[in-house]
Amino acid sequence: MNQEQLLKEVNEIFKDVLDNEDVVINFDTVASDVDDWDSLNHIQLIAAIEKAFRIKFTSTEIYQFKNVGEMISSINSKLNP
Amino acid sequence: MNIKPFNDLKKNLKRLSSLNKEIRVAVLSDSSSQLTVNALKGYGAEFNVKYEIFEADYNQIDMQVFDAGSELYRFAPAFVIILRSTSRLMKYFYKMDHDERGNFADSQLQYLEELCATVSQRLDCAVITNNYSEINDSVFGNFGLKVMSSFAYQLKKLNMKLIDLSVNRKDLFLLDLNSMIARAGHNGSFDPKIYYAADMVYSIDFLPYLAKNINDIIFAVSGSFVKCVVLDLDNTLWGGVIGDDGTDGIQIGSLGNGKIFSELQLWLKQLKARGIILAVCSKNNDDTARQPFISHPEMELRLDDIAVFVANWENKADNIRHIQSVLNIGIDSMVFIDDNPVERALVKKEIPEIIVPDLPEDPAEYLLFLHSLNLFETASYTPNDSERTRQYQEEAKRRNVLKGFANEDAFLASLDMSSEVRAFDPFSVPRVSQLSQRSNQFNLRTIRYTEEEVKRMTGDPDYCTYSFTLKDKFGDNGLVAFVVLKKTDSETLFIENWAMSCRVLKRGMEWFTLNCIASDARLSGVRRIVGEYIPTAKNSLVKEHYPSLGFGTISENRYCLELADYRLEKIIHIKKTSTPV
Repeated sequence: MNQEQLLKEVNEIFKDVLDNEDVVINFDTVASDVDDWDSLNHIQLIAAIEKAFRIKFTSTEIYQFKNVGEMISSINSKLNP
Repeated sequence: MNIKPFNDLKKNLKRLSSLNKEIRVAVLSDSSSQLTVNALKGYGAEFNVKYEIFEADYNQIDMQVFDAGSELYRFAPAFVIILRSTSRLMKYFYKMDHDERGNFADSQLQYLEELCATVSQRLDCAVITNNYSEINDSVFGNFGLKVMSSFAYQLKKLNMKLIDLSVNRKDLFLLDLNSMIARAGHNGSFDPKIYYAADMVYSIDFLPYLAKNINDIIFAVSGSFVKCVVLDLDNTLWGGVIGDDGTDGIQIGSLGNGKIFSELQLWLKQLKARGIILAVCSKNNDDTARQPFISHPEMELRLDDIAVFVANWENKADNIRHIQSVLNIGIDSMVFIDDNPVERALVKKEIPEIIVPDLPEDPAEYLLFLHSLNLFETASYTPNDSERTRQYQEEAKRRNVLKGFANEDAFLASLDMSSEVRAFDPFSVPRVSQLSQRSNQFNLRTIRYTEEEVKRMTGDPDYCTYSFTLKDKFGDNGLVAFVVLKKTDSETLFIENWAMSCRVLKRGMEWFTLNCIASDARLSGVRRIVGEYIPTAKNSLVKEHYPSLGFGTISENRYCLELADYRLEKIIHIKKTSTPV
């Protein structure tokens, strides 16, 4: 799966967790760009992504992603080590 | 039914305002509780219940409980949920001096006792708290269980003492978190990353189970719980098809996969012994279906374990409705267990209120799956519960006899009925509380009493209480009705509640009950009895209860009986065997 495909799948997870069909994310998106992406929802997003891709983020990663792009790279590196 | 994931429960939060029934709950937690609260709200919404929740700020249990002016008391919840975690206990333990550690469980229990006592002194509510996940902290390894000052030892001791506390405090209900976590696995219920980042001690996937179990306790205390299991036979209670394989060819006991079904039957037998009614609903010829119960040597269940046995080729939804009408219980208090997804879908479609577990495909997983659903939560237990199946079987006999009588009076006279009438006493407290929770149809004001509340009434001079048993030539129904009267002034008694088991409808029990109360009241100088009917979704049966007994209407749903005008207008066939003390 390439980064574009990953972005698409992660976007679907965002829609589901935030219960908002209109959410559109791209590699530069940061939390403040998205309605309801607060710390509580961040935890749920992390858990949902981990489950969907059967990966584990580290405790350091989850607070250091600068944007969606970094999150996608991390997923990518775990899927294709 | 299946337990929905957290994200689905969360989506229910959008429609909270459309929900009918409100329950006020306070959540006090020593870890971060926002998502637990969301899960509980979302879970309640599945059953049309709107949880109105006061969530205390993080780790504010003591402040909320011990400060009489706190938000907790102003909120006045019906349930106070106190959630405490093993993680926090562990931190607390590690900071203790070594020579005090041997007292950890005792001092924790004393603290919990004070919490409960303070809450119940200031609020009329039930308290729910969790027991603790018994994780060995590996400081002493397995040997820790032999060291009284180890965390492993003290934690187990605390759990045991907490159980004893809940046995003695009738208003305290334990959430068996330890078992839930054992089922999910510690690693499946706890996500260290989320714990360190947000101080949440439950993983997202575990939250629905936590919410479900809290909800189960609240529903049971509020009078909503399962009373009956309707069972399919072929490939559900035994392996194979009785019509094809014959009694000696079905798998039960030592044959083939038989062990699976033996254990399931053995479990169902435990449910029956604790008061759950078992019924059979099978597509079979009646005599073929009964054969294994009569003659298979390895069947755990026998015909006398089954309260209603229906085997025919009709549609199962109709058969279940028939079973419901014989038992006279709410359809939402029934569970239907069938291996066939087509039958399950049909029943679910025809009867949306009934609980239908989506059994796993492999029978080996039936029992674990059913355990995980916690279908049979209850808020009370009395040893008489094991008699329930027999009582329903006797009722079926009565119905048959009734057919032979030309009129009801002659039938009632033939029953040779007697009733023991007493004020509430220590022996009747558990059953009165249970009846207040179980009866939905014949329940005038639907007040659910905990045992603690019933006990309090026995010593209160403002209350006048009555319990009634009913026995006849077919058998003993046990305690079947109670009335709670409150003295509003020297001349007036208000019926705070009147409830009766529907098993004894149409026996003239209502008239007998009123006659007992009215005679006593007149003797003690009371001039009138006031009654009220509070409508619920289920008690329309007693809408006209007071007018039909001769009460006059004061206002909508409020009635009054002037004792000067009262005279018994019906022949009563029930003999009174003792008077209230």
